[in-house]
Amino acid sequence: MNRQRTAWLFLAPALLVLGVFFILPVIAALGLSLTDYDLYALADIHNLRFVGLHNYWALLHRPLFWSALGNTFYFVAVGVPLSIGASLVAALLLNSPLARIRPFFRTVLFAPVVTTVVAVAVVWRYLFNTRYGLVNDGLAEIGIHPIDWLGDPHWAMPTIIAFAVWKNFGYNMIIIMAGLQAIPLDLYEAARIDGASAPRQFWHITLPLLRPTMMLVVILTVAGYFQLFAEPYVMTEGGPLQSTVSVLYLMYEDGFKWWNLGTASAVAFMLFLIIFAVTTLLLRLARRGEHPAGERT
Amino acid sequence: MNPRLAKVLINGSLCGLAAAALLPLLWMLSVSFMAPGEASSLPPPLLPAHATLHNYRELFAHAGMGRYLLNSLLISSAITALALASNLMAGYAFAKLRFAGRERLFQALIGALVIPAQVAMLPLFLLLKTIGLVNSYAGVIVPGMATIFGIYLVRQYARSVPDELLEAARIDGASELRIFGQIVLPLLKPIMVTLAIFTFLAAWNDFMWPLIVLTGQEHYTLPLALASLARDHVQDSELMMAGSVVTVLPVLLLFLALQRYYLQGLLLGSVKG
Repeated sequence: MNRQRTAWLFLAPALLVLGVFFILPVIAALGLSLTDYDLYALADIHNLRFVGLHNYWALLHRPLFWSALGNTFYFVAVGVPLSIGASLVAALLLNSPLARIRPFFRTVLFAPVVTTVVAVAVVWRYLFNTRYGLVNDGLAEIGIHPIDWLGDPHWAMPTIIAFAVWKNFGYNMIIIMAGLQAIPLDLYEAARIDGASAPRQFWHITLPLLRPTMMLVVILTVAGYFQLFAEPYVMTEGGPLQSTVSVLYLMYEDGFKWWNLGTASAVAFMLFLIIFAVTTLLLRLARRGEHPAGERT
Repeated sequence: MNPRLAKVLINGSLCGLAAAALLPLLWMLSVSFMAPGEASSLPPPLLPAHATLHNYRELFAHAGMGRYLLNSLLISSAITALALASNLMAGYAFAKLRFAGRERLFQALIGALVIPAQVAMLPLFLLLKTIGLVNSYAGVIVPGMATIFGIYLVRQYARSVPDELLEAARIDGASELRIFGQIVLPLLKPIMVTLAIFTFLAAWNDFMWPLIVLTGQEHYTLPLALASLARDHVQDSELMMAGSVVTVLPVLLLFLALQRYYLQGLLLGSVKG
């Protein structure tokens, strides 16, 4: 009986799909990014020319690419710490032995994660409406003048970040809770006998032992947040003054609005390289810091 | 700290967080029952003066919501069924069948996880255009028929299936397909439910790829229809909220019903991701 052949038969459907509809296109994207594929080439493939690294070179000289990159980094740099901070606080609260009706709270706090981004982005757009939104109405109660949340270039990205935190914190909360529950209870017991206060227990037991979990959560969230797209598409259409154009939004417009598929492929590859570089760097940093933290406990 | 005070503080904070998580959703539900224009009055009302189903009727009678709902159901169900089948087979093969290069191939797949899906989208569009699948249900379904994450999830779970069980069946002369169908699949039931709900939710909520590949309204899924409504009907907040409810409610209910499986999958998928 041919075991090898059986195995490959079981693998065939999945590998075929992944090969043809994922791996192959990724390789093709690299090729595409070295051409001037545009509307003319779309009409007649003979108009296609190989341009080498020209698309990448042109991108580096394009102000909109830099502002898209800046906006995306802003979203990641502010959004990731806020999201994970919220996840950590929620996980610690839920994990406390003093917390009541935990399953209820867990479900409610997780609910935004399973909702459809587009649908809840539409809801947030109205919550932050300058005239009729509940947010400005609430702020008026405490004497703050209405803010044009999504119409002011300074406020649009913070509003999108607030939305992303609300939408996503439940996900990491569940992972962090699992990390907290894996910490042996006798460690806390011993610390209590030694007279360590709750904040000291948190600093010297909880945080160091939570480190691998936090590392994982940070890297997954950073990689995810770099792929910002639906939020600006629905909430601001990249505006105002292109202050919420993300790298993927730029790729979408270049590729599927203006049909410059060569340029758009270069944008996609740049994003991939950036995500790869940033997550690798984070992984390095986290590994380097591992030993001192281990010694302290 | 005084334990009573701590208890009040902790539960109070949890209530605050829960309110922040739920308020936008409850507000969406409330506004969806308001009469047209009611939400755009000052001060903004929290509850409808006279609850009405007008917006829902309008959506289904004139905005084609029924069609979009069916499209979403059809596409998400097809992706779920097909991806489940291929991921289960591949995950089982990686966990339990022996073949040359197994570990290397699996490592390569895991390595490919770092590539954002969007990198593939431009050539994928051209490929589907060539084979005539742009603006069709198949165009959305086909690229989702297998996922690396799904294969990984099944493999992790299937490794706990005892080898002796499979060997005994082989000695009895059962075919590999029969072993898979009658012995392995029943043991994989929990991970099947987990993977099914994960895939269904992801397909239902997906936005960017359907936006690219579906060029005509007749194939639109709910998120696409809602995004296009939101761009055209900026003023009709009551109608938009009803549309959001129709989009969010099915997945929210599905999650509530199968929560345990979903959270389990989330943890399985990220522990060694």
